[in-house]
Amino acid sequence: MRAMNLSYTSREQVEVYRFSWPMSVGLPLLLVGLQAFVPVRLHFFRVFDFGLLLTIFFAVSRRSQLSGTLTGAAIGMLQDALTHTPFGVFGIAKTLVGYGASSIGIRIDVENPGSRFLLVFFFYAVHKAVFVAIERELMGQSVHINLGHEAGAAVANSLMAVFLFAFLNRFKIRD
Amino acid sequence: MNFFSRHKNTVVLATVLLAQFLVLAVQVKRQTAEGPVRVIRLLAVNTLAPFERFFIYSGGSARAVWANYIDLRGVRRENLRLKAESEGMRLDRLREQEDARQARRIQSLLEFKEQWIDATVAAQVIGTSGTEASRVLYLDKGTKDGIRADMAVITPDGVVGKVLTVYGETSQVLLINDPTSGVGATLVTSRLQGIVKGTATGEVQLNYIMGDESVQPGEALVTSGGDRIFPKGLPIGKVAGVSMGRNLFLNINLKPAADLNRLEEVLVITQQKPRSPDVDGLGPIRASDILAQHLPGVPQTQPPTSPGAVLQPPSQSLPNAQAAPAATVLPHSAAQNPVTTKPHTAVPAGAGLPKPQIIKPGVVNAGGTTAAQKPSAPKSLTPKAVTPKAGAPNIGAPKPQKAKPGVSNAGGTVQKPSAPKFVAPKSITPRSMAPNAGAPKQKPQAAKSVVPNAGGTTTFHRDPASKSVTPKPASPNTGEPKPRPKPAAPDETNR
Repeated sequence: MRAMNLSYTSREQVEVYRFSWPMSVGLPLLLVGLQAFVPVRLHFFRVFDFGLLLTIFFAVSRRSQLSGTLTGAAIGMLQDALTHTPFGVFGIAKTLVGYGASSIGIRIDVENPGSRFLLVFFFYAVHKAVFVAIERELMGQSVHINLGHEAGAAVANSLMAVFLFAFLNRFKIRD
Repeated sequence: MNFFSRHKNTVVLATVLLAQFLVLAVQVKRQTAEGPVRVIRLLAVNTLAPFERFFIYSGGSARAVWANYIDLRGVRRENLRLKAESEGMRLDRLREQEDARQARRIQSLLEFKEQWIDATVAAQVIGTSGTEASRVLYLDKGTKDGIRADMAVITPDGVVGKVLTVYGETSQVLLINDPTSGVGATLVTSRLQGIVKGTATGEVQLNYIMGDESVQPGEALVTSGGDRIFPKGLPIGKVAGVSMGRNLFLNINLKPAADLNRLEEVLVITQQKPRSPDVDGLGPIRASDILAQHLPGVPQTQPPTSPGAVLQPPSQSLPNAQAAPAATVLPHSAAQNPVTTKPHTAVPAGAGLPKPQIIKPGVVNAGGTTAAQKPSAPKSLTPKAVTPKAGAPNIGAPKPQKAKPGVSNAGGTVQKPSAPKFVAPKSITPRSMAPNAGAPKQKPQAAKSVVPNAGGTTTFHRDPASKSVTPKPASPNTGEPKPRPKPAAPDETNR
């Protein structure tokens, strides 16, 4: 009997994808830009974190911890640039998310909408926890968490991820 | 080398995190008891401090033995000297406290200055931070349009935030519902002061109001001006809910006056100038106006026998326009100078002196028409005796004791005041000049201050002997002539 692999995915599902440079650079710029400008008219749009969704998508598609770490850091720093908080708050949070998502992406099936939903829900919570820890411990801010609001935001982002990932699959290039 | 190649991903993760952590530590300033300190310095100091403390403590212990047990000569003598000095200083302190209280009163009345909006730049909201963690807006105006950091941003409804960072053609605005923002605020009714801050969920709260204070929901909140960014008196919002919070302070949730979620155009206050408050000007009542009413008055320096004193606008005798009208703010001075500064509440009906008038337009005349509405002077500062009630048709039996400017005469025309502040004597038309629908109700008046003449205008006369104002005989404007008291002495018309 062959030794059991630690991965819960089949061989076909462990596929590594890559993206063209224009997509790798343009998609984060486009979506983070949308996230900044759309809430002027549609206030509820503020609840979506497209930077987080893109970080997870790139990480689970490339299935490389190195790539996931760097992508998360870059997207997080881009988001930091638009806020009034110091550089590094979103950067650190998304670096960890990128590393974690790529690590999980190697082991489980992330092509299924249900698993994508749960994956994004989980990493939204991780992202928020890291963010709050940085704000509280490093920056000395008193951050209060509204659990109901955060749960709703996590669900909204997870739902958005299901549709967004399905759309972004078109830009994948099989490695 | 083998270790790094084996744990390449983890090493990269640690390196990237460490780099960002250092970047963050270089930027972030932590608030300590001594002020803001960069985190990297805080970490360095906290690492080295225990060692330094150890060395200092060892040396300090040796010195303490000498200082506390050996070198105590002359302490008793020094103690006696210090006690005597302390007694003298206590007396000095009481005297200085009294001086300070007096100075505050005088400063409030005479030299009170406020920041007034002098110039604004309209700007369009073009973006946000895109996250709920940072509630900032981007405007389409920057340094090229005269915008600088720390300028106040408002809408006609109320305060929005302040300019945080300015670029060439854009600027970043920190909204008042961001947790890192802070606006000095005053509750309009209770006069309690606190700081308005945002919460992580985007709500706005008033902080630092003690738990034993009474704050009612619905109470309005305006800027206090203490932050040197927002001019005093701008609306911030209303109290939405009050509950007891931690640390002995109340949790006061606010409903912002400006809709912070639907901002499209805003005004950036680019210039403010200090001015004396103008209470009889047009506009809403401000916090300072109410403050001045609660303060004790200062005796008017004008001589009581001055013939022109009656019609001198108080703002001329007092630099602070808040003192106007004198009868409202300086009630105690009536005892010293009953002719010039009589409180309006003490004026008997019909015998009132022509106090400085604040015209309230919009009075319905006999024809039922209403004069052009203008924002009136603050209600609390408008003497009730001289403020006509809007919408009250001036028909029926006349009440000659109250001068009502702007009330129509028989022809139904409105005597429009020439100036909004103080009305020249000729322009004041008392209610007695209204069309006499019924029989004239006459009250014997010893000295009438305002008497209509045939032309529908009023002249004021002063009796030098009695220091009271006497009317000049004049025929009524319409109807049958009313009996008038005879002048007691040759008239002296006030101008």
